[in-house]
Amino acid sequence: MTSLADLPAVERLPYDIARIRRDFPILKREVASGARLVYLDNAATSQRPVQVLAEITRFYRDHNANIHRGVHTLSVEATDLYEQARAKVARFIGAADPREIIFTRNTTESINLVAHGWARKFLQPGDEVVISEIEHHSNIVPWQMLRDERGITLKYIPMLPDGTLDLDAARSIITGRTRLVSLTAMSNALGTIVPLDAIVARAKAVGALVLVDGAQSVPHMPVDVRTLGVDFLAFSGHKMLAPFGIGILWGRLPLLESMDPFMGGGDMILTVSMERSTWADVPAKFEAGTPNVGDAVALGAAVDYLSALGMDAVRQHERAITDYALRRLADVPGVSIFGVPDAERRGGVISFALEGVHPHDIGQVLDTKGVAIRTGHHCAQPVMLALNVPATARASFYIYNTTDEVDALASGLEEVSRFFGVRK
Amino acid sequence: MAEPGLMEDLYREIILDHYRQPRNHGTTIEPTCSADGANPLCGDQVRIDVALVDGVVEAISFSGQGCSISQASASMMTEYVKGRDAAAALRGVEAFQQMMLTGEAPDIEGFDDIAALAGVAKFPARVKCASLAWKTLAQAIAEGGGSVTTDDGSR
Ligand SMILES: Cc1ncc(COP(=O)(O)O)c(C=O)c1O
Repeated sequence: MTSLADLPAVERLPYDIARIRRDFPILKREVASGARLVYLDNAATSQRPVQVLAEITRFYRDHNANIHRGVHTLSVEATDLYEQARAKVARFIGAADPREIIFTRNTTESINLVAHGWARKFLQPGDEVVISEIEHHSNIVPWQMLRDERGITLKYIPMLPDGTLDLDAARSIITGRTRLVSLTAMSNALGTIVPLDAIVARAKAVGALVLVDGAQSVPHMPVDVRTLGVDFLAFSGHKMLAPFGIGILWGRLPLLESMDPFMGGGDMILTVSMERSTWADVPAKFEAGTPNVGDAVALGAAVDYLSALGMDAVRQHERAITDYALRRLADVPGVSIFGVPDAERRGGVISFALEGVHPHDIGQVLDTKGVAIRTGHHCAQPVMLALNVPATARASFYIYNTTDEVDALASGLEEVSRFFGVRK
Repeated sequence: MAEPGLMEDLYREIILDHYRQPRNHGTTIEPTCSADGANPLCGDQVRIDVALVDGVVEAISFSGQGCSISQASASMMTEYVKGRDAAAALRGVEAFQQMMLTGEAPDIEGFDDIAALAGVAKFPARVKCASLAWKTLAQAIAEGGGSVTTDDGSR
């Protein structure tokens, strides 16, 4: 083991983790084996603090009503809370106008909304959509479907062996025919932070729009749409302390106004006659039917929580934990880590292999130690293909994880190795 | 190492033995039927080659990659079917699937080692791993070839 003196000390973490952990009672629970939970599956979904849980209860207990419809007190309050949450999210990502925030169910729905509302309306056969090899399936499949339906061309920026994107190739892949570049800001499978600047500049030079899949960036680092210079940003509440079932699409207002609705129904229309309907203004145009009011309000509380910590501090903490984990895991015999070697260009995600042990077995044995990690293809099968592995084991961190928990992972892996022995 | 109970239910010594030293793995035979199986959820793949002579499994080989449970199950399956006729092999598949549902070892001849996999039933996420080779065997013998997946849409 490297000497612990080489490793970043807990003192250098930017806030008091013990205090944060008290807000997450689930972190005190035990798993089936009786071991204390060590939750390292945050890229899949985060845990929720008591503040967010209380907000859900408070909404349903004190303010519950359908929104935008009633003149009665509860309906007005519920509408206000819903719109306040929208404004909080707008501030959180630096959006100029709360109307640029559309509530969806998740990142997947947000991306599909752009595919339906924008791409289907404006793209012609032969137009190009450029994505990358490190995308989550939710930023691949909607474009494949559109390709098959509309005859657009789908192109991929390749991944280099270290898990970064081939930026030289990107320059020639993005051409005058490219209408949209849709990229993740951070790979959920490898943790690679994508240097968006260079790609955005190239996209803008050819007049293409840029959609950023922020599912792994917005929860973990400062994201400001004013400096990003992109056109759409999609992310999910459940990966940033909020409940399941509430997601966000941010888009530039004129763009959103030019788009067709995704779904038709109540709340998204201005007038309906037997022959035709006219659309409501943005964002209502994209929020057909009764929305997930309670979870949107709770998302507002999650945003408050993260804002109080400060996203710079969140990123600093994750960089420190990831740096520690990269070194600690490198010391475990048989472990090989995929992706960039430094925590600077990597989010709090570490995908790894353990020699002679299948990821399923790693995950299963770690579970008996209370250590929850993800095993599988992480909805990023092109990445697995490029790495030439069927699956990886993945540990991913968030605001409440400690270096002790990284140690629990490392010593758990040592036991896994001993248990299975090296295969002949 | 494991806490008594949960871990031993899953990783019985005989399972680890088959995992470390798989039987009939990658051996060269002259197959009369073959099938491929995949578990799309975890990327596991298995290929089963069977040499059926006069209705009896004279030789069988498996190849592919997977976790300890899928590899051990495949290895045990090959030992079970070798020398049995096709109908008995398919009865074995039936009995195995039943064991994955109930967690009870069936009372059928030749299942002594295989019964060690009964504990897998307690780990729903691993049932597909254990079943892969058996489903693939059934495909090879009953259908004469082709491919199967363990992903039937259920989660
Ligand atoms: C990078 C990335 N994009 C998209 C998604 C999809 O998110 P959701 O399932 O919430 O739609 C995820 C979630 O795993 C992700 O990590």
